[in-house]
Amino acid sequence: MPADLGARTLEHILLVVIATVAAAAIAIPAGIAISRRPGAARWTLGFASIAQTIPSLALLGFLLAVPVIGGIGKTPALIALILYALLPILRNTATGIAGVDPAVRESAIAMGMTNSQLLRIVELPLAAPTIMAGIRIATVTTVGTATIAAAIGGGGLGVLIFRGLASVDTREILAGAVPAAAMAIAADGGLGWLEHRLSRS
Amino acid sequence: MDVDFRGVSYSIGARAILNDLSFTVRAGETLVLLGASGSGKTTALKMVNAMLYPTRGEVIVGGESTAKWNPIALRRKIGYVIQEGGLFPHMTVAANIGIVPRLENWDAGRVRERVDSVLNDVQMPPTEYASRSPRELSGGQRQRVGVARALAAGPGLLLFDEPFGALDPITRLEQQRQFLALRERYRTTSLFVTHDVGEALRLGTQVALLHSGKLQALAPPSEFRRLDNPYVKEFLACLET
Repeated sequence: MPADLGARTLEHILLVVIATVAAAAIAIPAGIAISRRPGAARWTLGFASIAQTIPSLALLGFLLAVPVIGGIGKTPALIALILYALLPILRNTATGIAGVDPAVRESAIAMGMTNSQLLRIVELPLAAPTIMAGIRIATVTTVGTATIAAAIGGGGLGVLIFRGLASVDTREILAGAVPAAAMAIAADGGLGWLEHRLSRS
Repeated sequence: MDVDFRGVSYSIGARAILNDLSFTVRAGETLVLLGASGSGKTTALKMVNAMLYPTRGEVIVGGESTAKWNPIALRRKIGYVIQEGGLFPHMTVAANIGIVPRLENWDAGRVRERVDSVLNDVQMPPTEYASRSPRELSGGQRQRVGVARALAAGPGLLLFDEPFGALDPITRLEQQRQFLALRERYRTTSLFVTHDVGEALRLGTQVALLHSGKLQALAPPSEFRRLDNPYVKEFLACLET
C-alpha cells in the first residue's frame, strides 16, 4: 500500500467536492435564468455541450497554454473539472423547471405569487429531484475525470495510477483505481438516495 | 367586489379573441360565461385577475381598472379555481390551502384556524384530510381542496375556469350543490366559465353566452331559456338530448 494513499484520497475527494459545488453554484442559477428566457437557452446549453464534448485529456492540454487560469497545478485541474460538471446540472435545472405542470404554475401566478415566490415555493421544490439527478451525474463523472487531472499536477488518486503506469506496478495502479471506483459508486448510491428522498416528499 | 367589462377587445396579431365585450357583475352575483371551446370565455376570465390585459377597452374590478391595479395585490384578493384545482403536488392539503394567507403574512395560528374552517366548509374533516398529499385524494376531493384554497384568504371575488369539466356526472352534481351551498354562506361575487349549459343555468344568477368573442346573450337563467337567439337555442337543444 503506497504511503500517500490517505493523502491522495483526501485530495481526490476535495477536488470532486470543490468542482461539483462550484459547478452547481454556476449552473443552477444559470439554469434558472435560461428557463425564464428560452432564447438564451440555446447558446448556454450549446456552450456547456461543447465543454463536455472536448476529450478530457485534450482539455487539460489546452489549459496548459492558457495564461492565468491555465498551466500546471490544482487551479487548471479544477477549472477543467468545473467545466465538465456544468452541463448535466445546467441541463437538468432547465428541464426540471420547464417540466413543472403548466396548471400548477398558472394557479401559483393567479394566487398572486411574485416571480421569486413562484421559483422558491413552487418551481425549485418540484424541480429538485431532477436537479439532484444532474448533480449526481456531474459528481460521478467528476470522480472519474479527476483521476486524469493528475496529468497536469492536480493531485488526487490519479497520481497513484500514473505512477503505477510509469513503473509498471500493478499494485500501485490498483491502489489508485480501486478507491476511485469505490468513490464513484458511493457517490452514485448516496446522491441517488437523496434524489429519491426529494422525489417522494 | 363587482366587475365591469367596458368595451373589451383582445386580439393576438390579426386574430380577434374578444370583440367589444361589455357586461357587469354586481356584488354577490354569479355570472356564468357560457360558450363553446374557442369562444373566448377563458380569455375573458383571465382579464379579471390581470393574467391578461385588454388590447382595447378596460376591465374595472372593485372600482379600479385592472391596468391601474398592482397585479399581485389584485390577484391576492381573487380566488381562482381551475380543473383539478391546480394543487401543488409537493405540499399537503393544509399547506396548499394556507398559501395565500401565508403570502399575506397571517400568523401561523390564524392560518391553521382558517384552513380547518374552509376544509369543514367543503365537507372534508381536517383531522382526516389536512395532512394528506393531493396524490392521495380522488379527483372530486382535489377539486374541493381547490375551492377551499380559493376561499382561504377571504377573497372579494371568485373565478372558476371550467372547474368541474373533468369530473364524472355524479361527482359533478355534488360539486355544483356544494357551490350553491357555499354561495349561500359567503355570497362572494363569482365568474364561472363553462361549456355546459345545464351547469350554467343551475349555478348562474346571470348567464352570458359568448360566441367567437362576442356577447350573444345575457340574462338570468329563467329568461335565458326563453331567449330567441339562434346561438342560445343551439345550446338549449343540448339539454334535451
